[in-house]
Amino acid sequence: MTNELLPGLALQKVDERIMTLNVGPQHPGSGHMRIIVQIDGDYIVACDPDPGYVHRGEEKMAEYRNYILNIPHLERPVIHDSCNVLYPYVLGVEEILGIEVPERAKYVRIIASELNRCIYIMYWLAIYGIFLGHSTMFMWPAGDRELLIDLMEKMTGARVTHAHFVPGGVRNDLPPNFEDVCLRQVNYFEKRIKEYAAVFYDNPILISRTQDTGVLSRQDAIKLGTTGSVLRASGVDYDLRIKEPYDAYDELDIHTNVMTEGDSYARSKIPWLDMIESCNIIRQALKKMPKSGSVRVKLKPNPKGKGFESVYKRVESGRGSLGYHIVSDAKPEPYRLKISVPSFRNLIALPYLLKGEKLGNMPSVYWSLNYWPVEADR
Amino acid sequence: MSVIAPKFKLSEFIKSLFDNAFWALMLMVLVGIPAVMMILFVIEMPVINGELLTPFLAFTWLADPSRTLPIIQAFMTTDMFKVMAFPGFGFAALLAAGTIFVERKLLAKLQLRVGPFYCGKLEGILQLAGDGLKLISKEIIIPAKADKPLFWAAPVMFVAAAAAFVALIPVAPGWVVADVDMGLLGVFAVIGFFPIITILSAWSANSKFPFIGGIRALFQMVSFEIPLILSLLGVVMITGTLNLSEIAASQSSFPWIVFLPIGAIVFFITMLAELERIPFDLPEAESEIVAGWLTELSGMMYGLVQLGTYLKLYAFAALFVVLFLGGWNGPMLIPPFPAEIITDGITMGPITLKVPGLPIFTQEMLNGTLWFVLKTVGVIFFIILPRGVFPRVRVDILLNLGWTKLIGLAFVNIFIALGLLYAGVLGPGGLQ
Repeated sequence: MTNELLPGLALQKVDERIMTLNVGPQHPGSGHMRIIVQIDGDYIVACDPDPGYVHRGEEKMAEYRNYILNIPHLERPVIHDSCNVLYPYVLGVEEILGIEVPERAKYVRIIASELNRCIYIMYWLAIYGIFLGHSTMFMWPAGDRELLIDLMEKMTGARVTHAHFVPGGVRNDLPPNFEDVCLRQVNYFEKRIKEYAAVFYDNPILISRTQDTGVLSRQDAIKLGTTGSVLRASGVDYDLRIKEPYDAYDELDIHTNVMTEGDSYARSKIPWLDMIESCNIIRQALKKMPKSGSVRVKLKPNPKGKGFESVYKRVESGRGSLGYHIVSDAKPEPYRLKISVPSFRNLIALPYLLKGEKLGNMPSVYWSLNYWPVEADR
Repeated sequence: MSVIAPKFKLSEFIKSLFDNAFWALMLMVLVGIPAVMMILFVIEMPVINGELLTPFLAFTWLADPSRTLPIIQAFMTTDMFKVMAFPGFGFAALLAAGTIFVERKLLAKLQLRVGPFYCGKLEGILQLAGDGLKLISKEIIIPAKADKPLFWAAPVMFVAAAAAFVALIPVAPGWVVADVDMGLLGVFAVIGFFPIITILSAWSANSKFPFIGGIRALFQMVSFEIPLILSLLGVVMITGTLNLSEIAASQSSFPWIVFLPIGAIVFFITMLAELERIPFDLPEAESEIVAGWLTELSGMMYGLVQLGTYLKLYAFAALFVVLFLGGWNGPMLIPPFPAEIITDGITMGPITLKVPGLPIFTQEMLNGTLWFVLKTVGVIFFIILPRGVFPRVRVDILLNLGWTKLIGLAFVNIFIALGLLYAGVLGPGGLQ
């Protein structure tokens, strides 16, 4: 029996200089979460992130649905990154069911996943822009994102929640003439996002605001278990597409973007560089993809696992390493499904980064962690 | 022009025009005619054909132009007209409303979107009226622990202070509401009111986010007032007067920005900070402190603060024009008023109208107003533009900028002005 209260209710020693701010959940700068910030003047003395407002029990829901029915609801935590959030689940189920994926499907998956990564990062970048008070940087990515959304709509039939990856490949083959359209739109997209440097990343006010704020050193980044763009901004060359290549990533020439500063500016620039790299990957995949062939292995209805076995698969999502631990039980439903999300691992760094920072740095540091509240709650 | 534009139908357009005409008529009957009646009570009536008009008599004769025009002319010479309409509140509010519309459309074009589109048929030109109606119809919610009298009073005081600022601006020769010899000092006094009103509103709301926003506004305004005042000293030293009309008149051959560019730049930057415009909109930084000191204001209280903000924006832009860009001075563009209208009168169908001394708006006044408006709109454009380009700065960077760089530059500007005076370039025997 502990008498521990919830974070916001815990009794604290009263200090007249310290003011407690509840940033969220109804606050334009928080997302679906609360950050309890204690400030002394303009300086943050303590910060307590309080996620959990959008917990939906995805893991428990997965235990009552069979492997195919799990697909639509498992992409809900990050609908803007729905292909990547489903990718490790599909890989794990394929291993449980013992399916070999056709070669063409592997490339189609890579194209879909990289397009989706760009869509996610554009959304993230738009919010980063408006968090810093830069309304043009909100509108431009939100508008240019439509290019790729249209492309995904052609490819999968849905604009946001695609449910495109299935165990054994992808749901449908590419539409006719897709390669040309995709190449043209991706080239234009790359040209367009390179223009963002002039208005955003080279902007002297932005640099003066975000440089040397919320510095995460290389050692701390590894110790705290951060992942994805946060880890790479601190100088760790770690990208699962290269370190543990899945599907056909080992046949492509991928370059990892690493910056050593570890500050808010570096963390915001890495995803943007990732988008340019994604465009390269899409072009390579379009070139190497077999021009014809099956994209899906036909499954038996209601497929079952062979026996009690557990699989852990992870991919590099838009936010970092995203893993699924699937335990199968010779039943159509998984016995247990555990999602290891990058957002929660990055959020852990927030109290360490915000301590001693100014209140004005809070939005830039918080959103530079590449954190998606809904994914962290699952 | 756009994919979201509705299909244009001529019949519906004509029908909507009839609807609009009906509502215009209704408004005129319900609001316009009582307003005219009230105005007629205020103005001093002219003598026409040897009989002194009474308000009721004048009202019955309003349809006759030979009698209406002298009445209008008499109205235009009153102080009420100056305060309400032309150089005062009405003119400023019109320009402020135009500013809001242009700002929204300009930012929309910059950000690859359409902006206000549906309201008012023509590119959403009535969007502001719609927003105003919405704000008026909304419930005003006061926080339970707020200091209610102060909280109610703050938005009104804000508009009043902004209107006082507008009253000091000379628009054309002789057209200024308050032509005081200490005009520039009056401007400083009025600017000094804004941080007080802001902190009163913020503190009386008794809420955390407005309080932080109010403290930030106080920091920002107080620390930028010093470079603001110092940057204007150069102009005062060269002209040797504090009267804004005289300062504007002294720039008949060249504007002071030619000689004091540093002062103009410092004044422009401090102006952005005083106006809480991006990139200096810290007191309203939404991702940090919700809406800053405006957080608890709701309904028309918020609308009044916005009105005051844009009136202030117009007044600052106009002050920049008067001090650095030559005010109303400019080449004559308006054609001269034909003299035979005064001597022979105008023939309009069966009526021949003869009014001695009719053109109250003289050629100089119209030309001055035109140049003044053109220059002010140009300055407002440059005030709006950073909003599409810059993110918000941080408090420490802002204070650093204000207390070190801008004050230093303002002193440099003062020494330039002193040098110009002592070298004899300006002043008696100089260029002027």
